[in-house]
Amino acid sequence: MSTLAAPWIILFSPLVAAAVILFVGRFSKPLSAGLAIASAALGCVLSWWMFFQPDPTEPNQFPWIEIGDALRIPIGVTIDHLSKVMLVVVTTIATLVFTYSVGYMKTEEGYWRYFAGLSLFLFSMLGIVLADNFLMMFIFWELVGLSSYILIGHYFKKDAAADASKQAFIVNRVGDFGFLLGILFLWAATGTLMFGELTTSGIAVFSANPVYLTVACVLVFCGTVGKSAQMPLHVWLPNSMEGPTPVSSLLHAATMVAAGVYMLARIFPILEAAPHALDVIAWIGGITCFAAALMATQQDDIKRILAYSTISQLGYMVLGIASAATPDVPMFHLFTHACFKCLLFLCAGSVIVGMHHEQNIWKMGALKNKMPFTFLAMVVGGLALSGCPLFSGYYSKDLIIGWAVVKYPLLGWLSVATAGLTAFYTVRMLAVVFLGKPRDDHAKHAVESPLVMLVPLACLALPSFAAGWPFIEDKFFHIEEAPGVPHILHPILLVLFAVGVMSAFFLYRNADKDPISIPFFANRLYIDDLYNWIVKNIQGGGASVLSWADRWVVDLLIVQVPSKIAWAGGFVLRFLQIGNIQAYAFFFGAGVVGLLYLLIFR
Amino acid sequence: MSMVSPLLFLILVPLVAIAFILVGSNARMTALIASVVNLVFVLALFAVYKQGEAPYQFLWSLPVIPSMGIALTLGADGLSLIMLLLAALVTVAAVAVSRTPEKNANWFYASLLFISAGGIGAFASIDLFFFYMFHELALIPTFLLIGIWGSGDRQAAAWKATIYLALGSFVLLLGLIGLYLIQPEGMRTFDLRAIIGMAEAGFLPDGNWVYLLLLIGFGILVSLFPFHTWAPQAYASAPAPAAMLHAGVLKKFGLYGLIRIAAPILPESVAAFSNLLLVLLVGNILYVGYVTISQRKLDWMLGYSSVMHMGYIFLGFAALNTLSLTGASLMLFAHGLSIAALFALSGELRERTGTLDFAELGGFAKPMPAFGLLFGFAAFAAIGLPGFVGFAGELLVFFGSFIGGEPSMGSINGKEIFALNNFQIATICAVWGVVISAVYMLRAYRRVFFGPLNDRWAGLPEISGLTRGAIVTLIVVMLVTGFFPSLLINFLQSASQVWP
Repeated sequence: MSTLAAPWIILFSPLVAAAVILFVGRFSKPLSAGLAIASAALGCVLSWWMFFQPDPTEPNQFPWIEIGDALRIPIGVTIDHLSKVMLVVVTTIATLVFTYSVGYMKTEEGYWRYFAGLSLFLFSMLGIVLADNFLMMFIFWELVGLSSYILIGHYFKKDAAADASKQAFIVNRVGDFGFLLGILFLWAATGTLMFGELTTSGIAVFSANPVYLTVACVLVFCGTVGKSAQMPLHVWLPNSMEGPTPVSSLLHAATMVAAGVYMLARIFPILEAAPHALDVIAWIGGITCFAAALMATQQDDIKRILAYSTISQLGYMVLGIASAATPDVPMFHLFTHACFKCLLFLCAGSVIVGMHHEQNIWKMGALKNKMPFTFLAMVVGGLALSGCPLFSGYYSKDLIIGWAVVKYPLLGWLSVATAGLTAFYTVRMLAVVFLGKPRDDHAKHAVESPLVMLVPLACLALPSFAAGWPFIEDKFFHIEEAPGVPHILHPILLVLFAVGVMSAFFLYRNADKDPISIPFFANRLYIDDLYNWIVKNIQGGGASVLSWADRWVVDLLIVQVPSKIAWAGGFVLRFLQIGNIQAYAFFFGAGVVGLLYLLIFR
Repeated sequence: MSMVSPLLFLILVPLVAIAFILVGSNARMTALIASVVNLVFVLALFAVYKQGEAPYQFLWSLPVIPSMGIALTLGADGLSLIMLLLAALVTVAAVAVSRTPEKNANWFYASLLFISAGGIGAFASIDLFFFYMFHELALIPTFLLIGIWGSGDRQAAAWKATIYLALGSFVLLLGLIGLYLIQPEGMRTFDLRAIIGMAEAGFLPDGNWVYLLLLIGFGILVSLFPFHTWAPQAYASAPAPAAMLHAGVLKKFGLYGLIRIAAPILPESVAAFSNLLLVLLVGNILYVGYVTISQRKLDWMLGYSSVMHMGYIFLGFAALNTLSLTGASLMLFAHGLSIAALFALSGELRERTGTLDFAELGGFAKPMPAFGLLFGFAAFAAIGLPGFVGFAGELLVFFGSFIGGEPSMGSINGKEIFALNNFQIATICAVWGVVISAVYMLRAYRRVFFGPLNDRWAGLPEISGLTRGAIVTLIVVMLVTGFFPSLLINFLQSASQVWP
């Protein structure tokens, strides 16, 4: 095995699996699952193997579109520190989630369709990770959008799922509108799409024109806003929770939504040359981080709580891109977040299966004794998320906050406050679900999930706990603390953590309903309602007006007026009175021939 | 010059089949055999075509009016071959999905084959006189198919299309005659190669009015905004195979003509009127795009969507560089296949339900999973998802048009300039069109195939047999050429030699 061939095998084996499942999957459930898991596991093994190999230096690509010297779009792979870490994260988590799915989807319909979709997703995601140029990344970027559409819409008979999948695709396309334009801007100025050239010699082109570069970078960032669900395009992610829970875990928490952050890390040197673009990125990330945490505190659906939490954590990463000196800082958080958020979602899935597909936390309660293993795993994930010392999230999040406080003090302190909110909403969820008394019959009779679901939980719980420890982190990242972090920061974070945990614990431990009611947060700051109104009234209304105009103005002006004139001439429309279309067709042909002769032999 | 061109054979196969049909052989079977023979034949031409030699091959000429320079001259370069492949593929699909009508079945299939023969003749002609005549002849059976075998208010739809297309053809004719008359006396000809030679030698001054006539004439035929209202109505009323053949093949004649004639012969005029064309084509993309969103019936929505997509191809033409024209050529092919597949599927749906009103449909993926899957493929192909050839086409159009105008931004002579030129603004509008098309296509897909199923539709039969095979074929071709667009792009190099 060479390091030249391995990435192609990693990339294409899930596509082959998806294609085979599409054709023969319907005949055998074990075959569908087996193929998908085998392709993911193969990728996982190879990724880990590659992780310990030296980076190959020669380019590894094939031409895809080549038009003279004007445009060259290859399909090629980049193997460097960044992509190797991401490969390991994506393939490992995918293998665990695929395995877990065997248990979760056991009784669901569309089993083969589900595994074909998962494999297609893995192929697309790996394409983003490996891409060595912007356009290849864009291609796979669109394809993860497709697989996300397919998987969110798995229960297509439900209106909510059908609407959510449509919304996810369209909102992502809005982001991709900017993304593609950004790619066009960068390409038009530098003549290249290759990351390698753009991040080195390409930047020099812009030294005379920083405004242009800023605009281009902000446009490219639109792709991140869509894919990583940053405000104002975050609305699709909570709705995507209509998909099966393992999908939410893999796509909409651990990997796909992090693609936006990965892309920014990939082009980090370009962004560094555009400080104003970084300001925009910082503000979007910081505001998203805080606002999503506020919304998370008032949700009642276990998956939606986690979805807003994901948005908030992605906000941290985006803020980290803007404020840290190296992309390894946000990538570190991406790495730990992938572990613990995936774990939290799989735990939520376990709870949901135990609860017979009830997702409202206020119908649960006292599950800690019924599902002890799930409880333990979810506590580990929850502590990692809320930044408990020694847990992985503590290391990675505090690092980002440190950089943010130094470079963007206002946003930095906002993200400090978010840390407290995070501890609060996490413990609120844990307390309501696992403590107190059962609030529903399902909660009384819940049982622990099967082993095929619990093993992946265990596999994820370990890194969720320990992945941040310096001697482990050293193997993956080269990071440093922000210079000049105020000494007071870490004590403050610890106090906020303690306050968040304690207040939520005592408020919600025995609560029967939410003791706090803030409709503004519960209704998601009314952003979704605003968008619905715009789509219905502005887009829908505008389109109806245009449609009316097309019929009664454009058509009338272009057809009716000339035809009235023609009527007056009595030539063409005389045949209308005959009402015989064959006759007209004959005259039409004959007339054309006659006219031609008339004009030429004049 | 070979004794007889295989291109003549391509035109004659459907005509001979028509003769057989009209003297009483099994209409459907004969049409099917003829169209498959033609498809195999076109594929063979791709294999025989020699890259790197003279662009036009398989030449054959029959002088008709030598004094006027009119001759039936056939020949094909890479672009013609791609269009011939499109015509042959869509013909096979259209015949395969046809439901044999009870009355006048032989005339029905004869009309389909006649459209095919006309399209093939136009794409294989180098002589502009016959290029025009072949297209005209193909229009006549199109009107007949709509007026006789159509549905809904078919007579009105047929009349409207007739008036529009006749008007467009007339203006186009004036333009072609103009192109003849601006040639120096004594050299006048309809031979495209000779005219391009004259243009390169500078013998064709002041072609602006000729270009305007060509633009409007071809434009009406391709439903350029605001001359587009005939198209959705005609396609909604037409029987599915007629809509497939017209929207998929025959309508491409107009843009093919602009790329073939105006781009190499009148590039200065194209540039001079580029702002006019940019406004109109943005009308196609944005205005018609939003009109598409508000459609309440599947067939109307598809009709409007095909009008909208013409905007992208016009953009590729307007920018007049190798990237954009290559993209436009790919889109001719891509859009032809995707709209043919979609019209075939919507026709099948109408056969099953009797209505295409979104309000009455829903949940069809349950009783007809394969139908839903195929529609999904065709829909995503139409909205330019990577993996389908339409994506490569759109992409090249965007890349080409973004650098289509004068460089008006970046650093010029050390001075920082940041302003968008008109081509760039049009490109931005076109890229927004990608969002619009996702909105209307996914909305339609969701309305028809997702959601709860009305009991009334519980027993819908699955798509099967030849229909299924035909649509799978179209999709496979879009996927193969989408994964490997260089298969087509390599052939376009022969055509690109005369592009500005």
